[in-house]
This record gives sequence, structure tokens and C-alpha cells, in this order.
Amino acid sequence: MRFSALRVLREGLTGNKGWTPHWRDPQPKAEYDAIIIGGGGHGLSTAYYLAKEHGLTNVAVLEKGYIGGGNVGRNTTIVRANYGLPGNSEFYSHSLKLWEGLEEDLNYNVMHSQRGQLMLCHSDGQRDAFARRGNQMIAQGDDAELLDREGVRRLVPYLDFDNTRFPIYGGLMHARGGTARHDAVAWGYARGADQRGVDLIQQCEVTGIDIENGVVKGVQTTRGAIRAKKVGVVVAGRSSQVAAMAGMRLPIESHVLQAFVTEGLKPVIDHVISFGMGHFYISQSDKGGLVFGGDLDFYSSYASRGNLPMAEHVMEAGMTLMPMIGKAKVLRSWGGIMDMTPDGSPIIDKTETEGLFLNCGWCYGGFKAVPGSGNSFAHLMATGNHHAPAAKYRLDRFRTGVDLMDEEATGSQHNLH
Amino acid sequence: MRVAGKGLVNRDKSVTFRFDGVSYTGFEGDTVASALLANGITLMGRSFKYHRPRGVLTAGSEEPNAMVTVGEGAGAEPNVRATVQEIYEGLMVRSQNAWPSLDFDVMAVNDLAAPFLGAGFYYKTFMWPKRFWEAIYEPVIRKAAGLGALSGKHNEDTYEKAFAFCDLLVIGAGPAGLMAALAAGRAGVDVILCDEDMQVGGRLLAESGAVGHLSGADWAASVMAELEAMANVRVMTRTTVTGAYDGGTFGALERVNQHTGKRGGGAPLECFWRIAAKRSVLAAGALERPIAFQNNDRPGVMTAGAVRAYLNRWGVSPGEKVTVFGNNDDAHRTALDLAAAGVHVAALIDSRQGITVEAASFPVIVGAQVCNAAGRKALESVTVRTSAGEQSIQTDCLAVSGGWNPTVHLTCHMNGRPTWREDIQAFVPTAGSIPDMAVAGACDGVFSTLGCLKDGLRAGQEAAEALGKRVVAVDLPVADDAAYALEPLWAVAGKGRAWLDFQNDVSVKDIKQAAVENFRSVEHMKRYTTQGMATDQGKNSNVMALAVLADATGRGIPETGTTTFRPPYGPVAIAAMGAGAQGHGFAPERFTTSHKRSVERGAPMIEAGLWYRPSYFPKAGETTWRQSCDREVGYVRKAVGVCDVSTLGKIDIQGPDAAELLDFVYTNLFSTLQVGRVRYGLMLREDGTVMDDGTCARLGETHYVMTTTTAAAGAVMRHLEFVTQCLHPEWQVAFTSVTEQWAQFAVAGPKARELLNGVLAQPVDGESFPFMGCGPVEVAGVQGRLFRISFSGEHAYEVAVPSRYGASLFDLLLEHAERMGGGAYGMEALNVLRIEKGFITHAEIDGRRTAFDIGAARMISAKKDCVGKTMAARAGLMDEMRPQMVGIKPVDAAAVLSAGAHLYECGAAQVNGNGLGHVTSVGYSPDLGLQIGIAFVARGAARHGDVVRFVDAVRGLETDVEVCAPVFVDPEGGRVRG
Amino acid sequence: MRIDCPLCGARDRREFYYQGAAVALNRPAPDAGVEAWDDYVHLRDNPAGETRDLWHHEAGCGAWLVVTRDTVSHAVSRVELATDVKGAMA
Repeated sequence: MRFSALRVLREGLTGNKGWTPHWRDPQPKAEYDAIIIGGGGHGLSTAYYLAKEHGLTNVAVLEKGYIGGGNVGRNTTIVRANYGLPGNSEFYSHSLKLWEGLEEDLNYNVMHSQRGQLMLCHSDGQRDAFARRGNQMIAQGDDAELLDREGVRRLVPYLDFDNTRFPIYGGLMHARGGTARHDAVAWGYARGADQRGVDLIQQCEVTGIDIENGVVKGVQTTRGAIRAKKVGVVVAGRSSQVAAMAGMRLPIESHVLQAFVTEGLKPVIDHVISFGMGHFYISQSDKGGLVFGGDLDFYSSYASRGNLPMAEHVMEAGMTLMPMIGKAKVLRSWGGIMDMTPDGSPIIDKTETEGLFLNCGWCYGGFKAVPGSGNSFAHLMATGNHHAPAAKYRLDRFRTGVDLMDEEATGSQHNLH
Repeated sequence: MRVAGKGLVNRDKSVTFRFDGVSYTGFEGDTVASALLANGITLMGRSFKYHRPRGVLTAGSEEPNAMVTVGEGAGAEPNVRATVQEIYEGLMVRSQNAWPSLDFDVMAVNDLAAPFLGAGFYYKTFMWPKRFWEAIYEPVIRKAAGLGALSGKHNEDTYEKAFAFCDLLVIGAGPAGLMAALAAGRAGVDVILCDEDMQVGGRLLAESGAVGHLSGADWAASVMAELEAMANVRVMTRTTVTGAYDGGTFGALERVNQHTGKRGGGAPLECFWRIAAKRSVLAAGALERPIAFQNNDRPGVMTAGAVRAYLNRWGVSPGEKVTVFGNNDDAHRTALDLAAAGVHVAALIDSRQGITVEAASFPVIVGAQVCNAAGRKALESVTVRTSAGEQSIQTDCLAVSGGWNPTVHLTCHMNGRPTWREDIQAFVPTAGSIPDMAVAGACDGVFSTLGCLKDGLRAGQEAAEALGKRVVAVDLPVADDAAYALEPLWAVAGKGRAWLDFQNDVSVKDIKQAAVENFRSVEHMKRYTTQGMATDQGKNSNVMALAVLADATGRGIPETGTTTFRPPYGPVAIAAMGAGAQGHGFAPERFTTSHKRSVERGAPMIEAGLWYRPSYFPKAGETTWRQSCDREVGYVRKAVGVCDVSTLGKIDIQGPDAAELLDFVYTNLFSTLQVGRVRYGLMLREDGTVMDDGTCARLGETHYVMTTTTAAAGAVMRHLEFVTQCLHPEWQVAFTSVTEQWAQFAVAGPKARELLNGVLAQPVDGESFPFMGCGPVEVAGVQGRLFRISFSGEHAYEVAVPSRYGASLFDLLLEHAERMGGGAYGMEALNVLRIEKGFITHAEIDGRRTAFDIGAARMISAKKDCVGKTMAARAGLMDEMRPQMVGIKPVDAAAVLSAGAHLYECGAAQVNGNGLGHVTSVGYSPDLGLQIGIAFVARGAARHGDVVRFVDAVRGLETDVEVCAPVFVDPEGGRVRG
Repeated sequence: MRIDCPLCGARDRREFYYQGAAVALNRPAPDAGVEAWDDYVHLRDNPAGETRDLWHHEAGCGAWLVVTRDTVSHAVSRVELATDVKGAMA
């Protein structure tokens, strides 16, 4: 079914009786050309691009819970391409371009809103670091504008410019940055993949990966064995466990990242804003809730829930930066499980097992990567060649030290990225 | 309207407040909701999506409809529940999400378009044309969405945070909670009892039944009196426990002054508590759920328990002719209490067959369902359907009960899932969901008063026993012990829209449509329809919606499952959880001993980590910072400058294995350092990148003082602790941070020795203090330390004295320096001086640099192991194409340089992948008369003399620069040794 | 979250700095080879369940602690001084 304003109108006039399922609930087949383990944003987009761009439609996505139930349904919805290091630059730039055509491509309104993302700086050194980053963004063909304090004030006059611990020196504005409706991204890709013949199989947990003589043969699941020529592992938050099924030990430590949303409020924050001195970022959803987050809780965790110290710290950052949000009330907090790597950048690569591919380590930057990650991973799975925008996301870079992409420059301690 | 002789409000004390500009009177003890109802006001809000008129639904914090804005200006607080906000003299309350008025809201036109605005409609449209989303559709949607508005002004109110500790936290002070606290309190347990209401009692305040020989409210008051008299019990009313966290930690929000409106004077409006408890008892009660039927959202339709609460607690009848509709016995109490109070009961409608109500003075219709309600802004009538057909009943208030849901929320905050109980058609907590938490009373599915008292007593005694206290007998009072019987009824069949989530306007049809579109998982349904995502987080509607979804998908309710319960239980202001941070409270402030002197001299103080340091010291006639900076650079190059360097980390290291520790954490050797000498050291992280640099002085055979950069002081200290505890606990070495204990000043310039000899007891010379020498000195009668080290390339020293003498020494040094044609210099000059010499800061060693990159590969001693040595040898970290540190100077001497610029080959496309490196530091060298910089350039060490293109696109700067050695002044290094 | 420091008693999580898996105690010899060092610095078992990790009582006594903890429930089952654990390994 094609969605349009006309369709909504017609259904409305006829009692909304004609709507059909967004996707089917097929039984797993005995064999597929490719299996994607993980029905999150990245897995669904991988399946979509396998079908759309590589003609690979005999594909199944295996999801142990419900599709879109992982981090794609549990984040702060920020979409941006403002990375500072080669490797990340070209990838996120590619991803943002896919975002910009996503609604037309998927025939699904993911509410991608390019409202602008503003990163604030609070010292000369930070401003210079932003200049370096902005220059990298421009070199990549993306947009960046370095604002001074008055420039920031004109844009967001409600920040505290006069009485704050870390005064605002300026900011880096990324006009094409913004937000999207997170769930809709998963649903849009799921619907698109389903329409192209991909089987989305929910409530199907992978319990083993079948490997013979170094070649992948299929997977064991709670719904029986399924054979496959190729298997892609895209299971943020459980990467270490699934990789262990193939005998791999990953450079990943899992951490919890909390996020928060307030009650609905009339429009008051029109951009995505991030504080430079206390890891705090905020935007306002179309429903009116202030959506914000901060740093990891900093201890390894699979609990998808956090604790008070970081929750309070995040709100303290909010209060020193923009004390006008004080009377907004937090309605809900949640936690996602992040694959933290030793350089804070992701992994899209083959493995030593033929036919087994790995997509993991998105730390807490995975949401904006959804289109690019699926696109590049599908390319790798279908052709066996690394896709240019993601060519540096190699698994062995830690061992060799080649092309490390340590944006935070905090080194090999996983939780510091 | 008020009902004579009923209620607990203080009728001797009337209180005046305003709602939407109109003045109303209530009594002390009233909430906004009860006072408005007493004044005959039933329309209190508009719904989120369709702007349907809504009245109050509940009498508690779960209220979804009656959301108001309290206060004016910066103090205005949106989205306050009228059912929680107590009235006080002068209280100003406004309705919200309605324009131009609550009574006439133009956005109500949305309701007419409802057929086109069903579940998920926005995912299917607004896609064309592409650029219309940001330009048109989204702004319109955003403007229509949201409930109340923030003032946009900086917060002016005081909020606080606090810690509390106890052996037993009892959550909820209804019959179960009170008994638990009483039993534990009498046994001597250290108890905190929290309740979100203004007074203890819970449902006892809303019910007419007796406890022992007292009314429920009086019994609660008597227990409260006993608890308050116990030194080991703390009762916190108006305190909502918002979340259960690890290790027995709970969050709680106390509304300290929200009920008085008192501002200022140091009293906080709210306080956010972190309570650490060894054990807890959850006695949070239960929440009543409505029943879905067509137009069940009309103002005047309320939960049956709320109607009873308004009557018994506030002495208010929400209507003149009240109809009661339920599927359980509990609803009957509402009709009986109303009738007993003299309120006209139009009918009691019970969906069950064969039910009789004793002593009913009103019509009882059994086996019947209310299937529609009429009256747009106020309920006028309901339609009742029986097997005999439909009839209309004139009524202005419908009290509805679909049964009770135990308040399981906190038990699910640590990923617990509740358990479905068929007999009460509700979810109850799963035992063990929160470590060391017991559940008692209605929140465990025990619904009679006596049952709650008993259960609370048990929980309190068990907790006391578990905490090692001797259990003390507590008499159980006589109370109602009626059984709770119901037959499930979630949604009445029929046409039209039957509402589930009132605030978000989610109807039964929406849930069914979601199921048809295969949003069958409960999480999918929620996210697709927004069911349960309103400010009540589904407290009133989620179980109904689950039941509808279960029905639509042919599953049972337990298989359908619930969505996830997340903290906070009730909304918490960001200002409360973020209390203390506004303004300067976000991080500690560290001040040097010369801070005040620097400020007095007019120096702008800038943040350096947590420290403040002077940027420059302006002199009369100087109009730009550059003028000051150039002058201060001149002090050091030509005479003598003084700079406070106390912020650098200083770590005192002593013990027989001190040298071994230093050899292990520094790349170079320190065991070979002679006593009385200083050496520059480089430290790596274990991954081979540079962590920090600094000097380390050997004061004695087993005594060193290490300095770190200001930024890395904490990390280095932690690192030393790690090495000595986790890798080499066998080493005999101890260390401590002495950063705060010593004030240290750089004295730099050709006249540095002359200056020092004017203040030291014993003059120094090239022999007693050669370059990189150190030792004790007496300065102005104080025992201090002198280090001949230089960060400027000039003949320089750092002199340290105990901090209490820091300010005096600063004065003394400046007095001498100024007499000698020198003076104080700040961070700007310090930066220029070190760039001129190619000395690095964290601008260069930014966390990605190796010793190889900064030209210090030879500093990694081949003679020993050290942290980071092995990983630094990885091929990727030794690649000659890596950017290496160089100096740069513009080909055009007048060109402006900037840090953060990228470098390209001249003529090459300036695109990602072509970059040679970037500029890390830039300064104007007065000596050279041009801007110079430090940069990292691929194969830089081999490219001195090459011209490359400098591009700072974000600043609009582009010019040719020459790559050179990163030393611009005195490359031979003669001055420093002179 | 609270951690029972063997020297200070039960303290709030705010007082502690978390580093990562306690494998950090097992520093390989300089010549142990690239695989051993990659293992040590980068690769992690990362269990969903019981783990042993290193915390530093930074705002307290300064002790490094080996904490045995469940990464799913966050329950802390054991806290030891790193010096004791490392000492026992010698």
C-alpha cells in the first residue's frame, strides 16, 4: 500500500477500514541467501538495501524481541554529520545524504527535521577544536559555521550567557543536523524491506551460528535451524554474545546510556543544542517533550536502565546552561545498551569465518548512522568488498593501530568515548 | 458543590485563589481540583490532540486531564496537576493548551478532522513536497502540540538536593504503610515513611469506613502522632518516591513549598532526595481504572473512587445528580456514600448480572452498561444499555469504576515485570523484583482495609526482624474486610470513539487499527498510537489498552504483556534533580593564592579546567589584549616576568621504589637522575599515546616531586595509584598530591636570577642552581623550593612556598620584577612564549599523539619497559605518513593564522582525504613580528622549508605557510642555560 | 548504586571511578606478542552476567577495588582490594 495524503483522506472518509499490515509475520524458511541477525535500525536498513540495491530478496531478519525494540527505539533521535576525523567524516556524510532522501525512498514520514545542531564551546581551546572539526566537515562537503558568542546569543538567547560556571565562547552550527522520529525509521525500513520480499521474523532468538570448515552455514534459533549462505550480525548491545557463538572475542564493552524526556511543552527549543563542558544535549520533539541526554553511566551494564548520579549530572548541566528549562518536568528516563569500542568508532567488516559479517561498536552514535550503516553493510555482504564510505571501519585496526578514529581522544578505555 | 457536614477541609479557614483570572474561594486543605468542583467548575482542561473539553478524572497525582499552569512570569510552572496543587492565598492558576480560552478553543476543530488524524496518520503523509516538512508541516504540528508553556525566563526559584539514610523506607502512608511504619518504628527500626499526599492516611481519607473506634482519618492522625513522637522515625509528607535504583537507593521529590507559594528566604520550592535504605516496604496503594465507552471523556465523568474522595475528604459533590457505573462491588460504596450524604444518586449501574445492593435508596440497574455520554463541555446525560434496550439518564456526574490496578511501578524500575492475577484482573508486583523490598496492601492486590492493615503489620514486622530487631506486638484494629469482586469490563461495545488515554486522545479504535496494521507487540502499539505516553504515563489507561489489544490480537492479557515502567513515578522538575548547578554551582571552582591579586590588577580570569587563571594583566592605555600580551612576552624575553604556575599538578613521591615507579610510568629514565636535578618526562597511556608531560625533580635519594599539566593532574594521580596497586603492589612507594599545598611561581627572563637573588636568603648562581637544578631555598624567611626549569626558553626558575605564603610571595616577586622593568604575565603571554620555543601543551598532545608524532620517539628508553611502550610500537603508530609536529610561519608576514586550520598541498583540492594535517596552536611573536604556529603535517619532520596551504574555512582564512622546525626563538637553547 | 569499600564501608557510586574489566591486572610481558597485548588492551569477554571490574575509590581512600558484579542486575556480590587480588596472583 502506498502512503499519501490522499490515502489518509480516503481512509478517513471510509471509516479507516482499508489499512493493511505494515509488514507480514512470515514463518521462517529453511534457507535464505542471507540472514541478518538483529531487527534493529541497522539490521532493518541492511535488509532493505540488500533488497533494493543488490537485488538480494531471499533474506530474513531474525529478531529475538520485536523489531525496532533496541536502541533505535530508545535514543535522543539526533541526526548529524559533524565528525572531525577522516573515516568518520565520509561515513556520516554519506548517511546524512541518505537521510535527506529517506522519506521519498521509503514512502514513510520519518519526520527528519533539519532544524540545525549547535555545539557550544567554553574555552579558546575548545573553539579551536571546533574550528578544526568544522574545517573537516566543510572539506567533506558538509556544512559548518563557527559562531562567536554574539552569534550564539542571536540564535538561542535563552541560554545563560551571564552567570554560569563555564561561559559560552561560541559554537559550531551544523544547519543540516537535526532530529528524526526514531521509531518511524525502524518501521519505514521494515515496511520497505518487507515490501521487497524480506522476511521479518520476530520472537526468533539466534542461539548458535553454524560454521563448517571456516564457512558459515546458517544459524540455530528458538524457532529451529535456518540455513544461510551469508550471515550478518547487527546486534548492538549483544554483539559480544552473538560474536561468541562464532568463537570471536570483540573489542567491545557494553555500557548503559540514559536519556530523558519531559512532559509536552509549547515550542521553546528550536535546535539541537549540546553543551561543551558536561556532556548534555537537548532538543524538543514535535510532540513538545524536551528530549535530552548526557554521558554513559560509566560502568559496564546490560540492564538498559541507569542510576541517579548520571541522571542528576545531566540535569545539572541543563540547569547551568539553560536555566529556563528548570520547570520542565521529567516524565520518563530510559537506558540503552551501547557497544563501546576502544576508539569510539564502529566496526563494519568481514570476519575470519567466510560468509560471516559483523556490524557493531556504534557506541552511542548509532541512530544517525542507521541509513549509512545498512547501506554500507549491505554493500559489504552483497559484494564482499568494503563500501568506500565505511572502508575504515576495520576490526583489526586496534591490533595494528592503523586508522584509529578516536574522536574523543580518550584512548583505549572503552567507557570514555 | 460543598456537602454539609462532610470532609476534612478546614471550614474555618477560607482561601482565595484565581483560575483563569476569576477569583474563587475554597478552604484550607483543598486542592485546586476540589475547590473548583466546590465552585461548580467542571471544565478544567483540553486534551492534547483534539482539544476536547475535559474535566477532572481523578483525585490524585495520576490525573491526566486537569493540567494547569501555576504562577506567573519566571515562576510559572506548566503542567501542574490540579488534583495535587493545594490552594493558598493568592494562588494564580491558568488553564493551558486552549486558545483563546478554555471555554472556546479554536483548536477544537481538530476533533472534526479526527477521522483523518487516527493512529499513526503522520507517518503516512506530510512527505511531499520534501522541503515543506521543516518549512510548514512541522512548525504547525509543533505549535499545536505540547501542553503548557515554559516562561522562557531563567529559573529564579530555589531547589535543593539532599541525601537521607535509613534502615527501612516505607513508601506510602495508607493503612498498610502506616501499620508497617508503626510496627517497625516500635521495634526500634530507623524508618523513613514517605507519602506524596499532604497528610498521611491514603485511601482512609477518602473512605467513610471506620478503623477501630475511629474514623479512618482520625486513626491515621493518631498513628501519625505516635510516629512523629518516635526519634527513630521520620515522616515525609508531600514526598513522592520517584524511582528505585541499585543498592537500595531511591529518588524522592519533596514539594517543600509548592503548597504555600512561599518564595525566597532560602526555603526551597522542592527538594530532591536520594534515600539509601537497607530495606523497603512498598505500600503505594492502587489506582482505579475507568471503563471505555463512547464519549467517556465528557467533563463530569470521573473515577468512582475520586467521587468518593471528593465527597468524604473534601466535602464536595462533583455533581447534583450523580450516576455510578462499575463492574465491581467497590463502586457501590460511591453510590452509598453519596446517598448517605444527601446527594441525589440517579442510578447505580453494575455491568454484572444478579447483583444486589443492600439499603440502596437509589435505582440499581444490573447487567447494564453505559454506552454513551452526552454534553460537550459538561455531562448532561448517559445512555444505559441493558438486554431490554437503551435508556437515557439525566446526570451531571458519572462515577466509573473498572476495578483497581495495584501501583506496581516502583517494583518494575529495575527491569522487573509484574504478574497478572486473574482473580482481580490486574497486575501485581512480582516478588523479588527489587532486592530487599516487600510489598504490602493494595499495591499487592489486597483491597480491604483490614487486609491492608494486616499486610502492612506483617511487612513492618518482617522488616524489623530482618534488620535484627525484636518484634513488638501491635494491635490490629477492627476494620472493613469486604471481599473485592469484579467481572472484567474494559470497553463497552458500540460505535463512536471510546477513550483510553484521555490526554493523548487514544481511542479503542486506534488500538484496533494498530493491531490491523500489525503493530501487535504492546511496545509497537504504544509507540504507534502514543497510548500511555502522556503525562500520566498510562496510569489510568494502560491496562485497559492492553486488554483491548489482547482482544484484538486474540491473545490473553498476560501474553500481551505490559510496556516498561520507567522512573520517575511522577514527573520531576529538571530544576529539582539538577538543583545547585544553576549559575556557578555546576562544578567546583579552584583559585590560586594569587587570584585576588590578579583580579585587583584587572586581569580577566579564564577557566582552566576547574581553575581560574589570569589571561593577561592590562595596563593603562592598552586597548586590546594583544597589546598586553606583547608587552608581557617582552618582559620575559627582555627583563623578567612572573607567572603563577601553581595549577600544575604536583605529586610528592617517596619510598625505596620511587625511582622504579617513575621509570615505569615515564618513557625515559628517572632512576639515573641525580639528587638535586630535574628532568623532563613523557608519560604514555597503555595504548601507546601520550598521556601527559611534565618535569620531575629528585629532592632526595628516595624522594621525588612530579609535576603534571593542569588538565591531567587527576588522571595522572589515578594512574599512579593504578600502577602501584593493580600492577606492582610489591613496590614500596607512597605518594600524595601536594598541588594545593604549594604555591609556585615562574620567574623567567634574563633578569630572573637577579630578581631571585633579591628575595632569597642565599643567592644562587650557575653552580648552585644550574639549568635543571633544584633544591631547598629560604625566601623571605620561609622554607621553599627552587627549580631551575623553563617553559619559555629563557633563563627561568620556579619558586615554590607553602600555599599560605603564596599571595605574599606573588606581591614580593612582582614588586621586584616591576622595579626591574618586568612584571606579571598571564596565560596569553605564556602561550606565545612556549609556541616560540615549540613546547607542547594539550593542544598538541590531544590524546591521539604518539611520542613519534611529537618528535620524541627517542625519549622512549630502550633500556626498560614502561607503560605504553609495547603498544606504541604498533605499525599504525609508527607510520611515517602520520602527521608530525612542525612549526609554521606565513609566507606573507602580515597573514593571520588560526588554530584549527587544515593544511593541504598548494593547489590540491581541499577535500577530505587530501589533508596533510592541521594547526594546533597559533600566536603572534613580537620578536619575529609575525604569527607563528605549531602544526602536525604528514611526514612533517622531512618537510621543513616546504610551503603548504593553510585553510581555515570556518573563519574564512587561507594563505601559504612555510613548514619549519617548531622552534622560533633561540634555537640553540643558549639562553636557558646562561 | 552503592559499593562496599573494604576500607571505608558502603559508599555511593559517586565516589568511585570505573575503569573496566579487571583483566587490567594481568599486564602481559613486553615481549608477550601482539595478540596478547591486543587481548589486554582491547578485547573483552564483556559478559552479560557476572563480571569482575576495577573501580577506584577516587573521592574516598584512593583504593583500587576489584568488584564482582552482575552486569544484568547490577548486584554487587564481592568487593576486594586490588592490592590483595594482585598480591595473591604473585
